[in-house]
Amino acid sequence: MTPAVRHPAEPAATPATTPPTSPARRRRAPKPPSALLSRAGVTAVLALATVYTLAPLTWLLLSSTKSRADLFGTNGFALGEEMHLAENLRHLFSADGGVYLRWLANTVAYAGGGALLAALFGVAAGYAFDKLAFPGKERLFALVLLGVMVPGTALAIPLYLLAAEAGLVNTFWGVFLPGLVFPFGVYLARVFSAAYVPDEVLEAARMDGAGEFRAFCRIGLPMLAPGFVTIFLFQFTQIWNSFFLPLVMLSDQDLYPVNLGLYVWYSSALAQGHPEDYLLAVVGSLVAVAPLIAVFLMLQRFWKSGMTAGAVK
Amino acid sequence: MATPSTRGQRGAAALLLSPFLVLFAAVTLAPLLHTAWLSLFTTRTSGLGFAGARSVFAGLDNYARALSDPGFRDGFLVVAAYCAVYIPVMIGGALVLALLLDSGLARARSFFQLALFLPHAVPGLIAALIWVYLYTPGLSPVVDLLRSGGIDIGFLSADTAVLSTANIAVWEWTGYNMVIFYAALQAVPRETLDAAKVDGAGALRTALSVKVPMIRPAVALAVLFTVIGSVQLFTEPKVIYSASTAIGSSWTPNMYVQTAAFQNNDFGLAAAASLLIALFAAALSFAVTRISRRGSQS
Repeated sequence: MTPAVRHPAEPAATPATTPPTSPARRRRAPKPPSALLSRAGVTAVLALATVYTLAPLTWLLLSSTKSRADLFGTNGFALGEEMHLAENLRHLFSADGGVYLRWLANTVAYAGGGALLAALFGVAAGYAFDKLAFPGKERLFALVLLGVMVPGTALAIPLYLLAAEAGLVNTFWGVFLPGLVFPFGVYLARVFSAAYVPDEVLEAARMDGAGEFRAFCRIGLPMLAPGFVTIFLFQFTQIWNSFFLPLVMLSDQDLYPVNLGLYVWYSSALAQGHPEDYLLAVVGSLVAVAPLIAVFLMLQRFWKSGMTAGAVK
Repeated sequence: MATPSTRGQRGAAALLLSPFLVLFAAVTLAPLLHTAWLSLFTTRTSGLGFAGARSVFAGLDNYARALSDPGFRDGFLVVAAYCAVYIPVMIGGALVLALLLDSGLARARSFFQLALFLPHAVPGLIAALIWVYLYTPGLSPVVDLLRSGGIDIGFLSADTAVLSTANIAVWEWTGYNMVIFYAALQAVPRETLDAAKVDGAGALRTALSVKVPMIRPAVALAVLFTVIGSVQLFTEPKVIYSASTAIGSSWTPNMYVQTAAFQNNDFGLAAAASLLIALFAAALSFAVTRISRRGSQS
């Protein structure tokens, strides 16, 4: 949670006897238990919802360890007859001349590289909108907000048509360049800059004769580091998620991101009746998702702060 | 008169803004304008096709064709039906879960938050793949389980296509919005809640009459983003489409555009339909922004 979001609890209103625990626990005294509103009832409902969210992931994990016969022959929420994970992984990384590794590398380049630059450009622009005076500022910002309103998927065909003119169809750049632009990130960066970078500090730097650009690099950017990570994560998920754009832009398998590759494997399994490709898409999905989940668990502080900054303000 | 300091600020602003603005112009504004231009032309094959195709100015013909095509209009009906199922279930579910977490009665709050959020770390295409497997008879433990209980649901049939698609989205987005609502609930001032308690309101009454109205802006914003996302519906039906005959190649507006462009090579029509979708989404988000602003002011 960011300082911009957290509303300080009024100390005067807190009874002296309340133990200093988390805000949610502090504010409520134990209630007389009624059927659904009891501790057990509430926890049971949450547990049920958790079963719903975790079951498909459990299925993915278990299925990745099965042989093809077990995939179709055993219960999806139970282990198979034999442990087949190593064979599946070997098959995954050797299929179609090892193209899966290539897809992973592409995805890291599209999503990682793209989001890194998009976050840098977004933070710089948001900082400028917040801290610097220049003519036409609010009108320009309105243009950025317009960009927030145009949905990404609706832009895929326009991007394709322009890329066709520019000769960028079926190239790395056709997918990479659109990822560099993240108008919502600029909006977020402006919010973060107003919250994290005190004007007094900049005034002091100006007094000391630091140029504006230097002040941004030395003071603004370091103070905006948490905002930078948040915007990076947002854009990273967005690019990692994108499917329509690569689907229309790319025909060369070597340029595919993981998403598109898995889709092609899956549809070819269906269309050409290659049952072994069924497993390929399953194991490929697990390998693509596992690191992503790990990153999310490690960086939860940042995605939470970004989500709440965007919504609670 | 520009003092040295304001001149310095202008220079720095130009430097800091230009990478974003140049790229923004190149990958957002330029494609939109270019597409608007292309949408005014149509390709005609002259004679018997020997002379090749020529581009002919068609005015607003492509827009009229898109709007009068039942295939395109039906896509919006599908999206509307999808929203009618998906938004109440997902937003309602997220709200209930957030209120339960915030009720002070839940154990293991941070575990539940993470476990419920986890699907959001899964890319939409992979989520769709997993669920299509779980929908497929013979492969899915869910179908088997229901069948052994005497319930026979074809998740991939025409009747259930909207529900099956909505379920994937519910799975992906409920936890995400729950985290947002929970954060908003924690920002509700405790004096307000104490006042409600003093007035004799129980936990349920406080939740419905105090907490929910106070986080209305957050809910409105979540609805806004959900609606914009729904207009773009593409990935999930595209994946189900390959497994099911119930979903046609232009089931949603974006699928219509893709079919027009790459199966029929009708780029004028695809351009016009694409812009109509973008316009529709922008108008929707503008309307919802207005509503949510009015809501938070009252």
